[in-house]
Amino acid sequence: MPRLARELLFPLIAVLAAFIVGGILILLVGDNPLVAYRLLLGSALSWPDGIGYTLFHATPLIFTGLAVLVGFRCGLFNIGAEGQLYVAAFATAWVGIVFANLSPFLLVPLCFAAAIFSGAFWGAIPGVLKARFGSHEVINTIMLNFIGIALVSYFTQYHYKEPGPIMQTPMIGEGAHIARLGTFIPGFPERIPLNIAFLLALLCCLLVYLFLWRTKWGYEIRATGSNPFAAEYGGISVRKQIILAMAVSGALAGMVGINEVLGYRYRYYDGFSDNYGYTGIAVALLGRNHPVGVILAALLFAALQHGGIYVDGFSEHITKDIVQVLQGIIILFVAAEVFFKWAIGKRLPWKNV
Amino acid sequence: MLELRQITKRFGDVLANDRVDIVVKPGTIHAIVGENGAGKSTAMRIAYGFYTADSGEILVDGQVRDIKSPHDAIALGIGMVHQHFMLVETMTVAENIVLGAEPGSTVALDLRSAASQIRQLSEEFKLAVNPNEPVEHLSVGQQQRVELLKALYRRARLLILDEPTAVLTPLEVEEFFLILRRMREQGKTVVIITHKLSEVLAISDEVTVMRDGKVVGRVQTKDTNAAELARLMVGREVLLRVEKNEPKVGRPELEVRKLSVTDRTGAKRVNDVSFEVRSGEIVGIAGVEGNGQTELIEALAGLVDPARMTGEISFEGKTLNNLGARVRRELGIAHIPEDRHRRGLLLDFNLAENSILGVHYRPPMAAMAGGVFLDEGAVQRRAVEIIQGFDVRPPNPALPARSLSGGNQQKLIIGREYRVDPKLLLVSQPTRGVDIGAIEFIHRQLVGLRDDGCAILLVSAELEEVTSLSDRLLIIHDGRIAGEVDPKVATLEEIGLLMTRGH
Repeated sequence: MPRLARELLFPLIAVLAAFIVGGILILLVGDNPLVAYRLLLGSALSWPDGIGYTLFHATPLIFTGLAVLVGFRCGLFNIGAEGQLYVAAFATAWVGIVFANLSPFLLVPLCFAAAIFSGAFWGAIPGVLKARFGSHEVINTIMLNFIGIALVSYFTQYHYKEPGPIMQTPMIGEGAHIARLGTFIPGFPERIPLNIAFLLALLCCLLVYLFLWRTKWGYEIRATGSNPFAAEYGGISVRKQIILAMAVSGALAGMVGINEVLGYRYRYYDGFSDNYGYTGIAVALLGRNHPVGVILAALLFAALQHGGIYVDGFSEHITKDIVQVLQGIIILFVAAEVFFKWAIGKRLPWKNV
Repeated sequence: MLELRQITKRFGDVLANDRVDIVVKPGTIHAIVGENGAGKSTAMRIAYGFYTADSGEILVDGQVRDIKSPHDAIALGIGMVHQHFMLVETMTVAENIVLGAEPGSTVALDLRSAASQIRQLSEEFKLAVNPNEPVEHLSVGQQQRVELLKALYRRARLLILDEPTAVLTPLEVEEFFLILRRMREQGKTVVIITHKLSEVLAISDEVTVMRDGKVVGRVQTKDTNAAELARLMVGREVLLRVEKNEPKVGRPELEVRKLSVTDRTGAKRVNDVSFEVRSGEIVGIAGVEGNGQTELIEALAGLVDPARMTGEISFEGKTLNNLGARVRRELGIAHIPEDRHRRGLLLDFNLAENSILGVHYRPPMAAMAGGVFLDEGAVQRRAVEIIQGFDVRPPNPALPARSLSGGNQQKLIIGREYRVDPKLLLVSQPTRGVDIGAIEFIHRQLVGLRDDGCAILLVSAELEEVTSLSDRLLIIHDGRIAGEVDPKVATLEEIGLLMTRGH
């Protein structure tokens, strides 16, 4: 079988199987699965709102999917994208507020840098801990999620809260806003928050691909992920790669702040993330740790997320939680790939011994 | 006793067994020899019920039998000992032996009667195994005897042994052969799968030679010799003895002074070792595996934390102790590691990517955009050069390293390390798991490199290899250099004693 087909086969099986199992569940609670799925996907693919919002929701998932991917390729499991994106979003807003009067030509790059470097910093901490002390990155990234999220909540609550009942900062300077795609796509309304950050996310997919597969640094990161002992033998410093990969991973997660703060709310809004960091893990897994796969998986999850809102409103028994169920089943099936390969492989002619 | 008739087995595109006929006479020791991938293990696994043949039949005691699983094979009195032992380390010998055939009623386990039965078997064949000893306390040789007992306990009359001597020291091999002869005297039949010709000649009564899935020869051991067997196995004349000229020895390249290395648990693995390697010579290190060779080579290659080392390593007069693997490579030290899967290869990477490991960050590989981007053309050229120069098959740089056979993986590593024109080559177990034809090639390459003035430090568990290649031979025992001998005059007994007793 050609490589591309093989790469696509198992994610497709996983998604299909998830829809079948999900359909049975919908049937059991007393709704018609076909109607539900039509609502789910139809609303996500309608023009312009469905598509606009799907792409908007896909933006943070592409960033976090890439973040998890870079970690995976170095043999690291970054569960800390959630904390990294919170820290970065707050830092982005902080720069946007404090330097509100700067010209856009200075302020936008400065805010970008704030998102990228604060994310990289928060990601590099567990990298350093692992490289220096050998402590496991899974534990440390989870712990740093709690710390990071609590920390930015604290700063929002006690130092930068806008008066009123909502936990949010004041607006950032106008100069820090980035354009919504509606401003230059005719017929695409400006109220849809899809913005430049989506294009940035696509650009990042290309950059991550080039970085990992075309540069010597990417070679070293992948070598470390593939076999750290052989990497060490080849004169590669495994410790440096761990720190580098975690920093790059954190920077990618941090770019969620660009979409959220500079392109959508124009302020930091506490608790804004819809588990983007954790969904990023599923996105990377379903996308087979490849940038193109990440785009496809992010689009699928975003479509489900957006469609879920309609399912909630227009069907009798099921709620938008069905989306969580579908996502969960997809991940289960992706994780069960090894089992599939074994079960199918026994009968397939191309199986090697 | 056992007869395979016209057995054919296909895996995908590979014809692993092509109309194989093997006749094993009762009460004999029958050797099946062939290169890796010749189909000898496949044939025996079919006899043991691991695989089922696509066509052909198996006869046991003259009757056609349908062996669908190892269970059927055991019921017919066929036992098999695998190359990798299948023992539970924390359990006792008796517990391991009864595993899967527990005596007693459904709930109660009657270990005592099993233990006495095992003791009886052990005495009958003089195996000297204590049934109540935990397996983790046993040496490799003893563990192998436990595997034999496992088969005997299940009343095997025919024992199939897959590469049984690969893990044994020379003395253990002698003992092991005594056991096999004793089994033959007691009426057991033994099939031994191997590619070591000296052992075939020493132990077997009859030999079946396989090549490319076919049986290419059936001979009585007393009527044949190593050269004939090698020719049958490889399909052409093979030089079994390495031919080399007197070394043209130059100045010392590597000097090791009072080097000690401790492992992570604090145990001293290399103990106060001093020696030197001069350009144009091959210095061999012989020793039973696990006597500090691994740690010594890794320390020299820069893969050991300097905090775990004392003493001095110098190369061309420059102290290496605190320099990492990358700097040592830049100075001209290449390394062919003992474990190609753990150290030598990125198995998921393709051949091209593997062929640049260690030089991937330097021009011409990383030359574009200020040395950041890899130059795909340069990488491919280097890969093709190595693949062609070292006859790596299949010759496709885009294949993952995992898909190659062991011998071809080894050729890729050797080609990669040769390609940097090293001044010092550290090489461990260069021909482990490699076919005879490739062994000859690798040996010629090593001698050629030495003749070009490279200093070579060679570690090998194969005594014949290390004695025939080396110009000087050091023997390592328990982390110490137990002695130096002249490989041209030293006897195997002399070296064997130094290896096992240390003096």
